[in-house]
Amino acid sequence: MPDLTDRALDTAVQRGATFADVRQTRRAEESIAIKSGRVEGVAFGESEGFGVRVLVDGAWGFASSNRLTVAEADRVAAEAVRIARASATALRHRVQLDERPPARGTYRTPVLEDPFDLSVERKVGDLLAADEAMRRVPGIGFTEVRYDAQREWKTYAASDGSLVEQEITHVGAVIEANAVNGDDMQRRSYPDSAQAAGWEWVRGLDLAGNGERVAGEAMALLAAPQCPPMRTTVILHPSQLYMQIHESCGHPCELDRVFGTEASYAGTSFLTPDGLGTFRYGSELIDIVADATAPGGLGTFGWDDEGVAAQRVPLIEAGRHVGYLTSRETAPRIGRQSGGAMRADGWNRIPLIRMTNINLLPRPGMSFDDIVADTDDGLLLATNRSWSIDDRRLNFQFATEMGWQVKGGKIGQLYKNPTYTGITYEFWGSCDAVADERSYTLFGTPNCGKGEPGQNGHVGHGASGARFRDVQVGVGKW
Amino acid sequence: MSGRDPDGLELAERVLRHAEALGATQAEVLVGETESRLTRFANSEIHQNVAESNTMVNLRFVDGRRVGCASTNRTDDGALRRLADSAARIARLMPEADEAVHLPGPAPIAYVHGAASVATADATPEFRAAAAREVIAAADAAGVQAYGSFTTDLEHVALANSLGVRAQEARTWSQLLTVAMGSAGEAGYAEAAAVDCTSIDAGAVGREAAEKARSARQPVSVPPGDYPVVLEPYAVVDLLDMLGYLGISGLAVQEGRSFFEPGKVVGSPLVTIVDDAGDVAGAPVSFDYEGVPKRRVPLIEAGVCREAVYDAQTAARAGRESTGHGLPAPNPYGPFPLNMVMHAGDASRDELIGGLDRGLLVTRFHYTNPVHPKLVIVTGMTRDGTFLVEHGRVVGPVRNLRFTQSYLDALAGVQAVGRERRLLRGFLGASLVPALRIGAFTFTGATEH
Repeated sequence: MPDLTDRALDTAVQRGATFADVRQTRRAEESIAIKSGRVEGVAFGESEGFGVRVLVDGAWGFASSNRLTVAEADRVAAEAVRIARASATALRHRVQLDERPPARGTYRTPVLEDPFDLSVERKVGDLLAADEAMRRVPGIGFTEVRYDAQREWKTYAASDGSLVEQEITHVGAVIEANAVNGDDMQRRSYPDSAQAAGWEWVRGLDLAGNGERVAGEAMALLAAPQCPPMRTTVILHPSQLYMQIHESCGHPCELDRVFGTEASYAGTSFLTPDGLGTFRYGSELIDIVADATAPGGLGTFGWDDEGVAAQRVPLIEAGRHVGYLTSRETAPRIGRQSGGAMRADGWNRIPLIRMTNINLLPRPGMSFDDIVADTDDGLLLATNRSWSIDDRRLNFQFATEMGWQVKGGKIGQLYKNPTYTGITYEFWGSCDAVADERSYTLFGTPNCGKGEPGQNGHVGHGASGARFRDVQVGVGKW
Repeated sequence: MSGRDPDGLELAERVLRHAEALGATQAEVLVGETESRLTRFANSEIHQNVAESNTMVNLRFVDGRRVGCASTNRTDDGALRRLADSAARIARLMPEADEAVHLPGPAPIAYVHGAASVATADATPEFRAAAAREVIAAADAAGVQAYGSFTTDLEHVALANSLGVRAQEARTWSQLLTVAMGSAGEAGYAEAAAVDCTSIDAGAVGREAAEKARSARQPVSVPPGDYPVVLEPYAVVDLLDMLGYLGISGLAVQEGRSFFEPGKVVGSPLVTIVDDAGDVAGAPVSFDYEGVPKRRVPLIEAGVCREAVYDAQTAARAGRESTGHGLPAPNPYGPFPLNMVMHAGDASRDELIGGLDRGLLVTRFHYTNPVHPKLVIVTGMTRDGTFLVEHGRVVGPVRNLRFTQSYLDALAGVQAVGRERRLLRGFLGASLVPALRIGAFTFTGATEH
């Protein structure tokens, strides 16, 4: 609706904005939840509105509304300007944006089987089949199957002449079996991931074909011994390594967090600019990029939400910290141009620096199986179960669903409740093997929280698996 | 009260008529009209400042034993008809469920006083900026920097269902929180929340955080291990939220994933927790998102599990009445206690600390997550002010620690309860919580600050 976006920009500029942008977004969502054979909920939702962001006297203001009228565009733009003037009463540094050419163009997620065209009946039927497969395993306590699809139509326009239109589609799914015995409860899930794609991605997961395996593993966990406390070698399967990347590399590389603007909520970062280019983040095997162009990633788009084109930005090269996730406001403060990482959770939120696809690059040489075979004594950990990290992203602790002893290059005893903990740069520094591309998988995390008011981010992580030496496992009293 | 006209009930009834015209055997419409405002500051300046106006309409369409849900934020008649069409279409494509759908019938609602404040509904960006400047001034005076946010929200909730439930209420919420941080990273935290934003003393919040940051300078390391602790209310709210989220829900009990069993002893005799949405010291609410009057539910009395919370569906399965804890449909997560109140004790803060021979005073937890949901084993970090206490006196700040601790064991280890309580918003709802002294808390790791 160019009338609305043009009118909001005109009003903002007339009232004193030196820069303004407006995003008009329509989001459609579909969710299906199944529990123990019962269709617990099927829902379709849509939300539409626009948000106006302005700079006045060097300060930010933002206002948004679901009413798509020209009169409301005037009111909201005026409110954004008033809010910015209030911000300016507590301002110590005027906001400066980097220069970039006006953004123009369109982008659309490639989709083969449109998830919104496929009948609900068909989708529910496939998901029920997966649930039924899990429930075939005797003794299983309760099962869950969840599916979500989201499509956003976004128009971005700015007072510098930018005009971008994008259509982005994400789908996600998980099957989960829970085994319960007294005070013990063990969960096994697959794959708890999401992708920028259509139903073809969900179909390719073969959820029904994995149902019995998943439920059988949940029952096996119930009977398995507790993971013992020790320092040992840890091999992280891609289904856990992606979360390690998310928490201990993605978040600390967000430059707004580095500059303290998330301090009151999620915290700050140990990756300070004085170490840019020199700080030893990990071993020489570690190359991590923020790649908004990776096919299928939840962090893949044409332009970010301030009109900066998608790009691939190195974060860690040969173990050294070399880059950040940046915005037009933060990048100039380290002498760079925005890397295009500003993303907003809908029309009613401002863009924040968010992860795109934070990918640990595979290394030619050893397959994941080769790494296991090359390990004399250690623990193989798979599928994230819980996560926690301190407010500077240093001390982390993760729990996984599965843990297996590795002895003489062979996978052996299964352990339940495996946990491991460490300090980020020491942990990555202890990495002595990264698997090659054969096990490389792009995971999707559709629930990354950040900001006040809260925003939910969809981000991606590529990982092939890796090995780490001398890691503390089996934390806590059991 | 500013914002849009409270015409949510009329809107809900219009959608209800559309649903009935499409043959719904039952239907429920929830309308939420919101005006949300938030001013955020960091490095002692306002850096984000936002406003949102929105209306969400949520329809639960029942056709026999089949249910479809749809929502929209468009309120023109065409959009509302499409909403009904979508929900009806979904319902009719569903397989027939084994169990009947239970929408609640009408029941008299005793509307609480104090659910909303005109001052909060009308709060301006200039008002919030003035509060931010007060917090910043307190930080300046202490030689630290201020980070935080000030929220002022208004929500009109309206609900109508085909069985005759009609309910509507205006609710407001305000919350000012701040982290004060010094040049070496020493930090302190403070927060205040209220229905009426004018009752929040921004200067006092700023001074509390700034003073704590000053006292946190030059922390020393202490080894991980078991320590007795005093948890400030900012940390205690996480205990309640995790217990409520993981266990004190009718659905969690029915699925066998909860620790909660009526009559089971889980806490010290000093521990009593109720869910009481009628407590005017909290964030009062008169009815839930199914239009059921909120009932005061004794969750844990003198350490003994009493009653979990239920929505209409889980209550029907249990052969009992809903306690008024339903959430918007569809809700696969179950009912939650969103207004927990922990009974106060008789100890002053000094007395709580005075009872530690050698232990830790913890201001706040960070990034907690369940490691084992049924045992309520949780890991997380301390942040924004952790102190060593020896012989009943605070001797100095320590670097932050990681804990891996069963919150049930923590509840059982409560030795003393503070007499002052704070209204705080955790991740689950608005809770009224005191400080606690706990005999042993297991710290399993340390960090560098």
